[in-house]
Amino acid sequence: MTEKVKVRIDGEVIAATPGQTILEVARANDKYIPALCYMEGLSAVGACRLCMVEVAGVARLLPACTTPVQEGLAVNTSSPQLQSYRKIALELLFAERNHVCAVCVSSGHCELQSLAQEHGITYIRYPYNFPKLAVDTTHPRFVLDQNRCILCSRCVRTCDEIEGAHVWDVSGRGIQSRLVSELKRPWGEATTCTSCGKCVQACPTGAMAEKGWGVEEMTKRPAVVSRLTSMREGQ
Amino acid sequence: MDKVKIGTCWLDGCSGCHMSLLDMDEAIVAVLGKADIVFGPLVDAQEWPEGVDVAVIEGAISSQDDLELAQTARARSKIVVALGDCAVTGNVPSMRNGIPTAKLIERVYVEGATADPQVPTDGVPALLKQAGPLQSAIKVDIHVPGCPPKPEGILFVLGELLEGRVPDLGSKLRFG
Ligand code: SF4
Ligand code: SF4
Ligand code: FES
Repeated sequence: MTEKVKVRIDGEVIAATPGQTILEVARANDKYIPALCYMEGLSAVGACRLCMVEVAGVARLLPACTTPVQEGLAVNTSSPQLQSYRKIALELLFAERNHVCAVCVSSGHCELQSLAQEHGITYIRYPYNFPKLAVDTTHPRFVLDQNRCILCSRCVRTCDEIEGAHVWDVSGRGIQSRLVSELKRPWGEATTCTSCGKCVQACPTGAMAEKGWGVEEMTKRPAVVSRLTSMREGQ
Repeated sequence: MDKVKIGTCWLDGCSGCHMSLLDMDEAIVAVLGKADIVFGPLVDAQEWPEGVDVAVIEGAISSQDDLELAQTARARSKIVVALGDCAVTGNVPSMRNGIPTAKLIERVYVEGATADPQVPTDGVPALLKQAGPLQSAIKVDIHVPGCPPKPEGILFVLGELLEGRVPDLGSKLRFG
C-alpha cells in the first residue's frame, strides 16, 4: 500500500493518497468545492477556475482540480475573496455568450445556471457581449448550440479519452475560441463521430443536446460517462 | 404613515412578469394595504408621476420609447427594481442582437408576412440597434431574475421594500 500523506482541508486533518488532487481528496471527504470543467473520469485541465482555493504559504490561488496534494498542505475552500472570484468567473461566462435560460433545453438541469444561483448571482455586472453564433443541427440525433457553450472541454475530453474518437477540438484563441468538430466540418459530416452521444451527456450546459427536447426537458447523466472510466480501471 | 407609491411598467417583455406579480394571490391584498400603485398597465395614469418610491420594470430596452420611459421612471423614482430576465439580462428580446435592425424588420414584416407585406411606420417607435437589460441604460437597484420570477420571490422583494429594508434575494431565484 502507498504511504498516505496528511493534509488539512478547512482545518480538518485528512489522510490522502499521493497523486490525488485537492479536489479529489475534498470530494472523497464530503468537502464541497465548486467545479465546472472538472468531470470524474476525465483528465483535469483547469479551464473554468471555479475550483480555486487558498493554500497556506502560497501567495496565489490554486485550482483544486489540477493541484496534487502533498504532506502538510493546508487548504481553505471558502472565503469572501474566493466567493467573489468565483462569482466573477461565472458572470464572465454569462456575459461572453448568449445564455437565454428561458428558452434553453437544459434550464433547470444546467450546471452553470445552478452554480450561478448557488453563488447568489441575480444579475451580471459586466456588459453582455451578444456574439452572433451558430447552431449546428446537421447531426441526425444531436444539436450543438455555440450560444451556450462555455468551452469547458468536457465533450472534447470525453470523446478523446473515453470514446477514443477525438471528434472535438477547441479552435481559435481568446474570445474567438470555438468548439469545432473534425477540423471544422459540420457535426453531421464528421466521419469519426460514432454517434455514441457521450459528449452530450458530459456537457454541463445546454450547448449539446439530443434533438426532440423542448425547454427544460434535456437532462444529462455525466455520472454514466464517469463510471465508464472507473469500470475500465477496475478491470 | 403615507402609503408607499409603486409604479410598474413593461417594456420589451411579454407581460409574464406582471402576471407573476398578480399570481401572489391574496398576498397582494396585504401589499396594497401598504402601497398604492400609481402607474402601470393596470392603472389609468398617462404619465409616470413624480415622487414614486418603487419603480418595478419588466422587459428589455428595445426601442426609443422603452429607453425614454425607463429614463423617466428612473428620474422620478427612488428605487428601481428590474423584474424578470428581460429586464435583468436582455433575455429573449436580445436574441435579435446579431441581426441588423433594418434586415430584421424586413424579414418579419415583409418576407414573413402572408398578407399586406409592408414595414409599419405609423405610431411605432424606432428599434434600438440592440435590445439590452435595464442596467445597460439606467441605474438599477434590485434585480429579480426569472422568466417569470416566482411570485414568492416578487413578494419577498416587495415585502422587504415596504418594510424599508433592502431585499437580499440570496439563492432564492435563478435565471430562466
Ligand atoms: S446553458 Fe442554458 S440553462 Fe445553462 S446557463 Fe446557458 S442558457 Fe441558461
Ligand atoms: S459543448 Fe458543452 S461540454 Fe463541450 S465545451 Fe461546450 S459547454 Fe463544454
Ligand atoms: S474545475 Fe478546476 S478549473 Fe474548472
